[in-house]
Amino acid sequence: MMQVLQKNKFLQFLLLIVVFILLCMFIPATEGNWLWRFEPLLKSLPVVINNSVDYLMFDWWLIEVYDPEIEEYEEKPMMRQVTRSISGFILFLIEFVRELMLGGVKTIVTFTGWDWATENQWARWPGLPWTVVTGAVVILGYALGGVGLACFVGFAFTYIAIFGQWEPSMQTLSFVLIAAPTAILIGLFLGVWSYKSKTVENILNPLLNVAQIMPHFAYLIPVMVFFGIGDHAGAIATIIFATPPMVRLTNLGLKKVPAEVGEAGLMNGCTDWQLMRRVLIPSARRDILLGVNQVIMQCLAMVVIASLIGAKGLGNDLLIALNRLRIGLALEIGICIVLIAIVLDRLSLAWANKQTDYFADQSFKERHKYSIWFMGIFVVGLALAGVGQMIFKEGFNYLYLIPHNKGITTEPFWQAGVDWMWDTFFYTLKGFNEWLIIDVLIPVKKAFLGMPVVATFTLVMGIGFIVGGIRSALIVGAYLLFIALTEWWDRALITSYLMTMAVLISGVIGIVVGTLCAQHPTATRILLAWCDTFQTFPSFIYLIPVMMLFGVTDTSVLIAIVVYATIPAARYTVIGLRSVPAELHDAGSMSGVNRFQRFVSIELPLSFPHMALGINQTVVFALAMVIIGALIGTDDLGQLILGSLSDKQGVGNGLVLGFCVAFIGLAIDQILRTWANQRKAALGID
Amino acid sequence: MQRCFNNAGSASNQVKCTPMSSTILNTQDPTIRCDGVFKIFGDNAKQVLQASAGTVNAEKFKEQGCIVGVNDASFEVYPGELLIIMGLSGSGKSTLLRCISRLTEATAGNIYIDGEDILSLNNKKLIELRRSKMGMVFQSFALLPHKTVLENIAFPLQVKGVSTKKSIERASEMIELVSLSGRENYFPRELSGGQQQRVGIARSLAIEPDIWFLDEPFSALDPLIRKEMQDEFLRLQGVLSKTILFVTHDFDEALRLADRIAIMKDGIIEQLDTPANIVLNPASEYVQKFTAEVPREKVLKIESVMDVVTPGDAVGDIKVQKDAIIETVAELILNSDKPISVVDESGELVGSVSASKVISVLFGGHSPGETGQAS
Repeated sequence: MMQVLQKNKFLQFLLLIVVFILLCMFIPATEGNWLWRFEPLLKSLPVVINNSVDYLMFDWWLIEVYDPEIEEYEEKPMMRQVTRSISGFILFLIEFVRELMLGGVKTIVTFTGWDWATENQWARWPGLPWTVVTGAVVILGYALGGVGLACFVGFAFTYIAIFGQWEPSMQTLSFVLIAAPTAILIGLFLGVWSYKSKTVENILNPLLNVAQIMPHFAYLIPVMVFFGIGDHAGAIATIIFATPPMVRLTNLGLKKVPAEVGEAGLMNGCTDWQLMRRVLIPSARRDILLGVNQVIMQCLAMVVIASLIGAKGLGNDLLIALNRLRIGLALEIGICIVLIAIVLDRLSLAWANKQTDYFADQSFKERHKYSIWFMGIFVVGLALAGVGQMIFKEGFNYLYLIPHNKGITTEPFWQAGVDWMWDTFFYTLKGFNEWLIIDVLIPVKKAFLGMPVVATFTLVMGIGFIVGGIRSALIVGAYLLFIALTEWWDRALITSYLMTMAVLISGVIGIVVGTLCAQHPTATRILLAWCDTFQTFPSFIYLIPVMMLFGVTDTSVLIAIVVYATIPAARYTVIGLRSVPAELHDAGSMSGVNRFQRFVSIELPLSFPHMALGINQTVVFALAMVIIGALIGTDDLGQLILGSLSDKQGVGNGLVLGFCVAFIGLAIDQILRTWANQRKAALGID
Repeated sequence: MQRCFNNAGSASNQVKCTPMSSTILNTQDPTIRCDGVFKIFGDNAKQVLQASAGTVNAEKFKEQGCIVGVNDASFEVYPGELLIIMGLSGSGKSTLLRCISRLTEATAGNIYIDGEDILSLNNKKLIELRRSKMGMVFQSFALLPHKTVLENIAFPLQVKGVSTKKSIERASEMIELVSLSGRENYFPRELSGGQQQRVGIARSLAIEPDIWFLDEPFSALDPLIRKEMQDEFLRLQGVLSKTILFVTHDFDEALRLADRIAIMKDGIIEQLDTPANIVLNPASEYVQKFTAEVPREKVLKIESVMDVVTPGDAVGDIKVQKDAIIETVAELILNSDKPISVVDESGELVGSVSASKVISVLFGGHSPGETGQAS
């Protein structure tokens, strides 16, 4: 009996389920029963964190600082001075870029002072006409990706301008243009460092793992405490959030450079610096630029969330529109965010895939072709703005800057559409909604909440043990224990319930759709293109259309999660199926399999590891979305994190809650990844 | 040092070279001298090696978590000499080369280049040494993917601080030397393997190094291209006369190119000698496995089969050079009914060779020397 059990994983699994059900049945749900719920021993952890942060900010390392206003030295805490100067610097950079495009006086004030600026009213930077900015982006698009890309970015920017979203879009763009390069530089530095030093890599790795699954909101709270509120705080939160993929990809890219290329560099007499700068980094260019692309995408994903702590721009407007339930306006703003995201994504990808062309002798004109074009556009744009000044004598100069919400608007159209949909499908939608909530969601939620803590531990650690042995079981158990010892175990169960539901649905849809599409090359191409495009949408955007249909309910959140989280499942399925070598197909055909047999006995087992990793990604996506769902009302961990944003003592709570979410993700990640790696090793796929 | 190559295009066995006899070599200072070089891989390599007191046993080391790369290598390479390090994969040949170029740090021993102990050089001096004296060619070409052919070749010069103009000029010369004219502005990915390796060769020669390391330079190429590149290599060496360390796993290639061959197995140099001596007197069973299939007439010189005569002995009028490869003169000897005289470079009579000797080399399947055994 024992021997059979040791060999047969399926039997082990059955036994585990039986034990789990028995535990659920026989442990009574009574207060104070530690088998039912653990004592929240870590209850005071948030308070400890709060106190440490307070100490760090206000009492630690006091230094004498000269205060010009009272003309005296004053004692101030070091930490605060440091964060203040960082904030000031970043705010200056953002304002600078913003005023370059929109005009203003703050940059001039920084160098001269308010008094001077008030006296000299002429000293105002006028901002560039929207035509010039659009032209510049079109040239950039052409230089990087040819005519097609140029047309697309031209269309996107013109759209933004004539729909009256120019100002908030440029505010958002200025924010991204500072946050992204900073994140890229930090990421590059850390990536190179972790490549050179094993110790650094070992320290960074777990941090990156946590950072990848930590919910967006969780970053906001500590940043708010250390850096205050405003564009700079939003930018800093964004930088922290966007840096990890850059570190990962830089490190990965450098590791992928063939050893001989590095050796060739050494034998050619490179110093360490020359080797890194002229040999290794250029050789890893593609991966590093993919990292750049990731950073930009993460920055845009944060645009809406960063506005919760004061970042101006489209995100802020979108939140306001949603709060007022002006779905049409929200949709319009959402489209602008998506357009900016796609533009930046395509531009950075084109840059990554572009190989530098080298021609030894070029004329001055050829070499400075793009600069010359830009000068031309600059002059034409200014001239147009001048003409506009004459035409639009009253009110606004549309050829210079189309003011906010004074462009064309389609809001009434969308609003009418939403109303029509409500009127026509009200009962259908309502029926579906109610059925889903009453017959599916609430029972599942109750089942999740009805699990005794010991049963949950048995189930999850048991799966960990079956898949990865004692080591996996212990790791998974440790993650769970942390959550169980906080006061938020029930909330975590609600998060898990939403996530589990969404992952099940997305997983099934993703794998089925992926499998079907993989049968035909054209379908594959279309699916991958869809995945690419949808992946560039900041996650928040998905909430808008579902809110249109289902209002503020769990259904909306669930559907948004499902749509968002299906992408990786489908993508990985397709990639996995395509990675099955053609010879195996041929071998199968020669053994006389039919299409279905081929799928079941050849393709499925070989692409299983890929699919498992796809589901892993689905979990990460779903968790991120569950938490963002808090913005339209859920009652899980996300809601509490959102709550601690407006709480003075919220740092501790926010961080601990963030870790809870991250640990749910990491526990699942541990199991799925171990499993996928074992399968890969067994199949001999790299 | 007299070295000769006839035109590279002709068959390889026609190449007549003056072997550098050891008496000439020893009068010069070696360019490279290795003295008891060990390379042990593993975290505690140094301690394990010290504890072993000089006798290294690969299996025992493995138990202690160490892998033996190079085991007590001592040899010299003389100016203008082409030493080939031959061995199968895992024999430590590339590791030995990397120890000498200091891409890998040797665990113990001394390596001298022009009398200077290079293992004691600091990083700065090492970079200087590489910038002035060393060039290296890699198996996978190791070209910089983001630079054009011209830029790749100019790279070592630019790293050194040579001006762009001068380095590009020099690179253009190198392009002509390796016959790649017209492809200056191509990227490596646009070239065939053979062309890429030409770029690798040009790059390694751009700084005019004295010592040229080649790590399986032709192994990644198709057989036909490989042959072409070997001819090209011989042509270049004929022009440049570098001191060369050449690593290969191909015994035929080694026989074709080498002045001397070092055969390695499990990190140990099994035998280091001229191609002819290795074929005639394999030092171990392992070496003999390689030599067994080698057609002797293509490797051996008349010298090795002739009978020594004292001046005055009656021999025929037909003369052959003592360093001619047997195959090239076999027909001449077989057609003559008398023994044929063998002369040295100055035309002095040194010996005689009879048809029967040549027949035994050609068809006998026996090694003609005294130590020869049935193969």
